[in-house]
Amino acid sequence: MTSISEDSDKEKVRSVSVDLNNDASLVIDIPDALCERDKVKFTVHTKTTLSSFQKPEFSVPRQHEEFIWLHDTIVETEEYAGLIIPPAPPKPDFEGPREKMHKLGEGESSMTKEEYAKMKQELEAEYLAVFKKTVQVHEVFLQRLSSHPIFRKDRNFQIFLEYDQDLSVRRKNAKEMFGGFFKNMVKSADEVLISGVKEVDEFFEQEKTFLLDYSSKIKDASAKAEKMTRSHKNVADDYNHISGALNSTAADNNTAFKKTISVCVLQKLEDRVASDQELKLTELLRYYTRDIQAAKDLLYRRARALADNENSNKALDKARLKGKDIAQAEENQKQCLQKFDKLSESGKKELTSFKARRVVAFRKNLIEMTELEIKHAKVRRLKQKCQKSNLKKIDPGPQNQS
Amino acid sequence: MALCHFYLSQMAASSERSPPPFPDSEEPELLEDSDEEADAFTGTSISEMDSPSPDSTRPPKDIFNEPPEDIFSDPLSNINSEPQKKVDAKIPSPSSDEAVDLFSDPLDDDSEVMSSPEVQNPMPDLLNEPVEAPKSDVLGEPPVHRNAARHQDVFEDPPKSSSKSSSVKKAASAEMFGDDDDEEDLFKEPPKVVTKKPQPSGPPVDVFTEVKSDVKVKPQVKDDPTDLFAEEALTAPAPKPSSGSSSSRTNGVHSEEQDLFSEATVELSLDSPCNDRKNKEAVKPSVSAPAAPVASSSSKAPSKSLEELEEEESEDKFDLNISITNPEKVGDGMNAYMAYKVSTQTSLTMFRSKTFTVRRRFSDFLGLFEKLSEKHSQNGYLIPPPPEKSILGMTKVKVGKEDPSSAEFVERRRAALERYLQRVVSHPSLLQDPDVREFLEKEELPRAVSTQALSGAGFLKMLNKATDAVSKMTIKMNEQDVWFDEKIQDVENEEQHLRKLHVMVESLVNHRKELSGNTAVFAKSVAMLGSSEDNTALSRALSQLAEVEDRIEQLHQEQASNDFFTFSELLADYIRLLGAVRGCFDQRMKAWQRWQDAENMLQKKREAEAKLLWANKPDKLQQAKDEITEWEAKVTQYEREFERISATVRKEVIRFDKEKARDFNRQVIKYLESLLHSQQQLIKYWDAFLPEAKAIV
Repeated sequence: MTSISEDSDKEKVRSVSVDLNNDASLVIDIPDALCERDKVKFTVHTKTTLSSFQKPEFSVPRQHEEFIWLHDTIVETEEYAGLIIPPAPPKPDFEGPREKMHKLGEGESSMTKEEYAKMKQELEAEYLAVFKKTVQVHEVFLQRLSSHPIFRKDRNFQIFLEYDQDLSVRRKNAKEMFGGFFKNMVKSADEVLISGVKEVDEFFEQEKTFLLDYSSKIKDASAKAEKMTRSHKNVADDYNHISGALNSTAADNNTAFKKTISVCVLQKLEDRVASDQELKLTELLRYYTRDIQAAKDLLYRRARALADNENSNKALDKARLKGKDIAQAEENQKQCLQKFDKLSESGKKELTSFKARRVVAFRKNLIEMTELEIKHAKVRRLKQKCQKSNLKKIDPGPQNQS
Repeated sequence: MALCHFYLSQMAASSERSPPPFPDSEEPELLEDSDEEADAFTGTSISEMDSPSPDSTRPPKDIFNEPPEDIFSDPLSNINSEPQKKVDAKIPSPSSDEAVDLFSDPLDDDSEVMSSPEVQNPMPDLLNEPVEAPKSDVLGEPPVHRNAARHQDVFEDPPKSSSKSSSVKKAASAEMFGDDDDEEDLFKEPPKVVTKKPQPSGPPVDVFTEVKSDVKVKPQVKDDPTDLFAEEALTAPAPKPSSGSSSSRTNGVHSEEQDLFSEATVELSLDSPCNDRKNKEAVKPSVSAPAAPVASSSSKAPSKSLEELEEEESEDKFDLNISITNPEKVGDGMNAYMAYKVSTQTSLTMFRSKTFTVRRRFSDFLGLFEKLSEKHSQNGYLIPPPPEKSILGMTKVKVGKEDPSSAEFVERRRAALERYLQRVVSHPSLLQDPDVREFLEKEELPRAVSTQALSGAGFLKMLNKATDAVSKMTIKMNEQDVWFDEKIQDVENEEQHLRKLHVMVESLVNHRKELSGNTAVFAKSVAMLGSSEDNTALSRALSQLAEVEDRIEQLHQEQASNDFFTFSELLADYIRLLGAVRGCFDQRMKAWQRWQDAENMLQKKREAEAKLLWANKPDKLQQAKDEITEWEAKVTQYEREFERISATVRKEVIRFDKEKARDFNRQVIKYLESLLHSQQQLIKYWDAFLPEAKAIV
């Protein structure tokens, strides 16, 4: 239905920037995507020098479900417990524009041709924006995996990139969905349970409180930013409607104020402002809401390991007390401790890099947003100045002589 | 006729007060006069059969208008002395009678030549044209002790005599006429060159004021003039202009006279640039007069071309500032109401002082509108509509203590009322209405029909409107005037467009308010995020961002109120005004309908007469004939009324279009300025934020 080719200016409008190591050995991008009904097929293009791949360059078609599968397999891999797993891309949502498109089709008879064409154009632009955004979040997910020293070596990841057939992942069925939901419940209950476990490492203690706090704040901010951009979009929509109405008023008028009306047609820049704001600010916050969730998951896994460790310690003590199964308990305890230590170590590294990454991303996005805001405001100011002087030139009859 | 009264008092006042302070304000009246004289002449030439050589009168008239160059220099001095003599002279009653005829004829016979009904009753004209009363004296005086025939001679002779240079007196009077024309020229030119400068024409003023005051005071003024005044006095109190006019006279002519009249009043009382406009207007016809004295000057009023009208309108300038301030709640509970301070600042002499304030409540404003539309709307005037009653809003104000929404409501209403009043006073004819003056000036206004009653009246009006709408559908007006045909269509289209636009702007206002609210919430949220951020620089940047968003929220809020007050309210106003314009068109259509009905009736009567004739019933024949005459008169009257109302509506609509274009331009510029300001601020805020963002490490 819609196909876009990522153009060169994509870099400029990339929604979420993560601090990606520009490692030329594995470069992934999604140059193209195809939207059929509610399925989106992304073309995942890989360029690599790594010997683990058969060819240096290849492309495969992938669907959103396959991305989710990849994410889930990574999450389930025990080895990666100490890592912040890049958040899965959100499900493509074209409902909004699609619904509007539908409504537009219904109202086609009630509008003039130009109006219809205009509205359609606007909707297509909106649709395209959503589409681009979707592509980008998927791309970012892959890029984060590829830039991570451990994930890039993941077998599943490599299959995902290379295997040119359908991965034949199916959508989660109801049971699995419920299972996932149940797992989440257990997890949050567990989280509460293990929260009583005394933290041994100050770093994690701090990190935990910070992340908990930060996560709720950023979630809130993200929701508010979303609301704000949405209402900004409404304003932009109104601008468009008003300028349309002004145009038709001017077209239908032959009195002196036609000139006034046609000059004062409001510019359409407002929606650029709104969409840029959305791209730079809201998406940033949204992404980090998910990323922080991922970090929290890491903390949870570590806390789980810590709890396990303590339990194994207790079990060992018990075994020693009873003098039974000491070897097994020791083994268990050793394993747990090892796991925990490993988790702590990689977790510490991950969290530190996460923090750095976040700060850099915020910086980049905030700067970009500010620059865009300034740019747009300047353009609007210029246009308005222009309009104003044009208006002043229109003399609707000699003004009062005084 | 109330105007009449006002005019008189003004005239008296201004002549009693030392004339010099109002030098240029007097002239236009003279102009008006001379103008009328031109008409008078043409009227004479056409109608007066006893004039010795009707043909020979024409050339002299040309001379009339030519002499100005010769006389230009000295007549001013002449005029100084001449008038006095003239004024002293007795006015023979027949002469003034003639004068009356003279005046009425040209006015009536814009197109037709002398139909009897109008000539029958010239007096009312005079009544309606007090301006001309003094002038008729001026005209009538020079030929002292002459009879009617002689008097006509005066009109025709002077030119001859001026060329032949016969008797001194005649010459003098000729010069007088010459002067008048001369003055026209004077005004014709100077106003264009030096618009504001008081014209160097003290003498004419003298002439005029003295004439006037003499007429007023002189005991020896004969019956007729006194009658004139007496009747003026009689008619003066009658508030409705139309009711004052006599039956045989057409309403239309009347209203035109009223126009002249009100203009004269304005001229008298204004020393603002408005005069220039009037001057021009008054001069216009006389400009064409020299070229084709008979035809063009006799059809003076209608011959005003659109351009002239436009020009005339574009120069509207009233030195009258009205502001409404200090809305104040009076009383408690459901009986509470808002009182507004209406302050007027003016240099117009029609007001008692330069600045004054009164307190008015909303229903007073509505009452003013009711009064004005009762009086003027049937003449095709565009009465600016007041803001709508809002029971909900007002109840909120009454009940609510300090609710922001009710404060907004009050502010909105205050601004709307202010715009409404400004529109009323910027209408040249409405400004002259005594009710308007009373509204602005009088300390205590009789309580306007109580609000409740007014709502009742509103209901009745709605009913009326409904029936009107029905009749509008049934009346298939066969529109012959292309201009109107197009304009009606345009107005309807425009109204629809503006309605659409208004809905959109309203939604913009709401969305912007929403945006402002959401921005505020976001700002708080970001501030919180900043407080929990552990990177100091980022934390700082975030709290800065929160501040920026906070300011932007303010900006959005301001912009929303700008959206509303400069853009949305402008549209709302013009939607209402376009409704009023349509009302004008409806009035015109009603006049047309009346005319058509009369036409039909006449047709029926004629048929009845034919039947009677055929049936040979002479006894009833006379009655039938009388009826026919009666209906013929009515048809002419209604037709004229229709023409009059068409002209007025046209003028009003042109004025409205001009005003609208100007208003929109002004408001849109204002709106753009507000947008510009917003952008400016945005740039400032973000510029300040940029280093913060860059400082994140």
